[in-house]
Order: sequence, then structure tokens, then C-alpha cells
Amino acid sequence: MKSSCYIPSGCSISAMMSESGKRIDGRAITKSIALMHDRSNGLGGGFAAYGIYPRYAEQYAFHMMFNSFEAKGIFEDYLKDHFYIVHDEEIPTRPGAVYEEDTSGINIEYGMNPITESPVLWRYFVDVPGNRTQFVSESEYVFEKVMEINSKIEGAFVASSGKNMGIFKGLGYPEDIAAFYNLDEYKAYIWTAHGRFPTNTPGWWGGAHPFGLLDWSIVHNGEISSYGINKRYLEPFGYRMELKTDTEVVAYLFDLLVRRHNMPIKTAISALSAPFWKNIDKMPERERKIITAIRQVYGSALLNGPYSIVLGHSRGIVGFNDRIKLRPMTCARKDDMLYMSSEESAIREIEPKPDTVWSPRAGTPVIGELYEEVE
Amino acid sequence: MVKRIDCKNLYYRHLNKIIQDEAESGETEFILDNLNGQRYLGTGINKNVNITVNGTPGNDCAVFMNGPSLTINGNAQDMIANTMNMGKITVHGNVGDVVGYGMRGGKLFIKGNVGYRAGIHMKEYKSQIPVIISGGTARDFLGEYMAGGIFILLGIDNDSEIITGDYLGTGMHGGVIYIRGDVENDTLGKEVKKLDIDEEDRKILRQYLTEYCQDFGFDVDKIMSKPFIKLLPLSSRPYENLYVY
Repeated sequence: MKSSCYIPSGCSISAMMSESGKRIDGRAITKSIALMHDRSNGLGGGFAAYGIYPRYAEQYAFHMMFNSFEAKGIFEDYLKDHFYIVHDEEIPTRPGAVYEEDTSGINIEYGMNPITESPVLWRYFVDVPGNRTQFVSESEYVFEKVMEINSKIEGAFVASSGKNMGIFKGLGYPEDIAAFYNLDEYKAYIWTAHGRFPTNTPGWWGGAHPFGLLDWSIVHNGEISSYGINKRYLEPFGYRMELKTDTEVVAYLFDLLVRRHNMPIKTAISALSAPFWKNIDKMPERERKIITAIRQVYGSALLNGPYSIVLGHSRGIVGFNDRIKLRPMTCARKDDMLYMSSEESAIREIEPKPDTVWSPRAGTPVIGELYEEVE
Repeated sequence: MVKRIDCKNLYYRHLNKIIQDEAESGETEFILDNLNGQRYLGTGINKNVNITVNGTPGNDCAVFMNGPSLTINGNAQDMIANTMNMGKITVHGNVGDVVGYGMRGGKLFIKGNVGYRAGIHMKEYKSQIPVIISGGTARDFLGEYMAGGIFILLGIDNDSEIITGDYLGTGMHGGVIYIRGDVENDTLGKEVKKLDIDEEDRKILRQYLTEYCQDFGFDVDKIMSKPFIKLLPLSSRPYENLYVY
């Protein structure tokens, strides 16, 4: 039935954050993204969660996907050569599980879409050996290794590599991915979610959103038309685009601009989602000079095309749009909670009475920041 | 009789089918409770039924709508009144982007703000003239490619501020946009000119705003007491020299 009918899709994103650092289980974010079921088509769903591994908060948590146990073996040899493995385990999953709540009424209409097949999914909590960081910083070391794994170890992909965070993604509808990964058993102060409707690139496990590198995660609705320019710009800095999806460059651009070039996030967004020249001309002199310099230096980091994006990192979330708002984004606040979503109804599904609801201006980031420490 | 429907977790296709079937068998009053995110509300009913929505309707609300009156107690999302033909929508809140896309008849009255690209490609034919009124502010590309119809923007709570975004009326080649207050000249699209309103305009404004103010409890004289400007297209065929055959 499903294949023969019109699918009114177009990707969905949803994000929630407790700015006071309260940790919340994965049921609410699942319910929110499930309401927008019709925006995705079952070819990708995923979640990023921050604060889920307090026991291993000091270790880099590698969420891995392997095409085979052979790839896993090769990867583990590599990992042992470059890191101390503090702990490793299979990522607990429930093959055949489905989202059982009927949030959007979709289950009655179409039946269930269980996730039955998956790559080998494993997680590793690792320390960087002290003698390896004589000449490079720890984060730089991890970055180099992630790029090497993705590009050199056949059939092994890093889904996420930050501390006290993880990305859970795969091929399926997002709510079923949540059931598959038991996300109700994780508690996080930041959750981001994505339902995918792939347009230009294949739907596969590694290509689902969020995209992660170190602390960063990205969910994205839209299309990065400037992918080619961004890719060529990033490659000389050591980034390897191996995941066959345009969104990958967004995660790496934030890593380059914020982590390596020490740019404040807001400034980085003025490079990625830069103001038009006609508006720059109207700015006060100091601001005009700064933005002009950013556009000149970081011209190849400009993201062109339609997009709404939520960036996640350990201290907060940032939502922003392309400059002429070609993709939807609605935000809401309630007490210490900040919500961002493709549709207002997806926020109201989990917070029926927000204090404020608003649609941010194109190119203007909405920023959520931790103001207390994580509980 | 009033048909009251609890829409909690009801899939949009079921909900719309229930309303269509009930309307077909003579029901004229509907109240939809706990509605959240269901799409395409009010479509496929070629009758003058009244539908009251308590909640947040999903995208493409009133798409192709042909007759019904929709009262929305809450905000509406993107694409409301897409290609709407006849009927009336009253929104007691804000609406999202791309409202009234290709709208060709009927009324869309919004108490609050509209998002980006409001009134894009509205059109009219003889006496069939669509009307959108927003009591709040608009973002960029208001009236983009507008080919007909009337758009009125009031900015009721923003008396001292500019209530429009950039690229006003870009590609506009028909219809009229009335704005209470003024706009910045460098935000005008290349295809529109800004004019003062005349007596004929005041008559049109008073006619629609009287009905609008009754719906939302505003004072029409107070709203009319502030000056308006209007935006008209410079040409009915702005792109005729753009393409070579």
C-alpha cells in the first residue's frame, strides 16, 4: 500500500534541551519526531543524546557501525594501537522492535515498520594515551583517527566520537529507530532527532542523521547545494567526506571553525549562513569590517541551498536557517526547556503549553546554553 | 447538531474522511478538540460547513478548500490556504510560512503574524478575489509573484516599527498589498511601486476591516486612523523580456 501512494514527506528535525542540565529519557523526543512521521519515508532516522554516559564521562565514546565482524576485528586492532580501551560492549538493540505508541495515528493506517536488519553495532570508551599528545591536542588526535577509520578501514564507520554523548541512527523511521536502540533507557540533557527523506544521496545506516564528530552533532532538513565547494575546502584541512550525504560537511565546518580556529559559534554561523552583501553594506562600520573579513576568508565555508539545521554540542544547541528561510523551524521555551522543531505541533505534542513559541528569523541562530552543570 | 471529534492520535486521513462523510450526510457544525499536526484540514468538502479547531493544525491546512468556514483557536503552521478557492479561515494566533500560496478565492483572516512568503502567487478572476489580512507583522518576500487578490498587513501591536521584511512584492504582477504604516524603500522588490491610498482604497479597506475587526474584537476606526500605503505592480508582465523564444 505504502509504495503506491503519495508520501507527503520532506525531512523532519526536532530538538530539546534542558538548559539547567536535567537529564530526560528518550521517550519525549521520540514522541515529538513520531508526530512528523509523514515527513520521512523510512530511509533514515536518528538521535543524538548528550549526558548519557556519566560512568564513562571522561572517555571518548565511539559508536561504531561495521559491515562485518571481519571489519570489526580490523578496527579493534587499529583501536588498540592508538587508544586505551577502558570498556567496550555491543550497543543493546531490539531487532524487530517497533514504536508502539500511536502518536500520529500512523500505526493503524500503515501497520508497523520494525527494524530487523542492522550492521554490527558496538561502542568503545577509550582514553588517548598521554604520550600521543606531545605535539597535537587530544581532540586533534581523535579527529585524525576518526577520519582515518572512516576512510581507510573498509566497512567500519564512526557514528559518534564525543565524550558523554552518542548518536543512534539507522535505516528506518525515527520512532522505530528509537525503539530499536531502547532510547527510553537513556537519559540526556540534550536530545536532537531526525526523520529522513533522502533526495540526492542513498539512504543507508551511515548516511542517516545526526552526523557526529567529537563533540558535534548535526541534524539537517534541506540540501547543501554548495557541498562540492565545502568538500574541496575541507579536504586540505584533513577532513574526509566518506558518508555520502551532504550534511556531513556541516559537522566538519563547525569543527574547523569553532574547535580548530577558535571562532565563537555565532561568528561561525555568520560565515556559514552569511548575510547578503546588500545588508552588510548597511551595517555599522566595525561590524561591516568583521563580517566582510569573515566572508572573504571563509567564502568557501558558505552553506548554500535550503536548510534548517540544529547543531548539538556538550554545552548547548544552536538552530539556524538558510538566509531566505527555505525550510521550516519553530522554537519554544518552557521553564528551563528549549525546543526546536520543523513543526509547532511536534513541540506541542510533548509540551502543550509552552511559555513562548516563535519562528526565528532566517540566518539568525537560536542558541541554547547550559547555565548549570549537568545533574 | 454539533459533531465533536476528539482528534488525539487520529491520523489525518481518518479525520478528514470522518468530516467529509459527515458533511456529505448533512452535518454542518464541527468542533475538533485536541487537534495537533493533522494535515489538509477542511479539504474535499464543497459545502458551507463550520469547523472550529482547538489545537494546532498541520501543514497545508485548508488546501484547495472550497466553501467551509474554519475557525482556528491557536497557531497554524506552514502552507495554510494553499490554492484555496472559497470559504473563510479565521486564525486566532500566528501562521507559518508560505500562507495563501496560489490562493484564488475566499478569506484568510489572521489575528497575529505571518511568516516568510505570505500571499505568494495569489491570483484573482473577475469577481473571485482572495483576501488575506494579518494583524501582525510579515517576514521577507511578502506577496512574492503575486498575480491578484488583496493582502492587508496591519501591525496592530507594532505602531512605531516597520512591520515588513525584505524583498517586498518581488515578482509581483497583479493584485494589491495594503500596509498600515510605511515601508523602507530599499526593501521593495524591483517589480513594485509604493503609492498613497485613495478614497476607493479606503472604501475597500473599511469593508474588509469591518468584518475582520468584528471577528477579533478590534476597533475598526482606530485601525483606520493610521495612514496606509499600498504596493502595486509596475507591470503585469515583469519578466516578458527575460526569456527569448
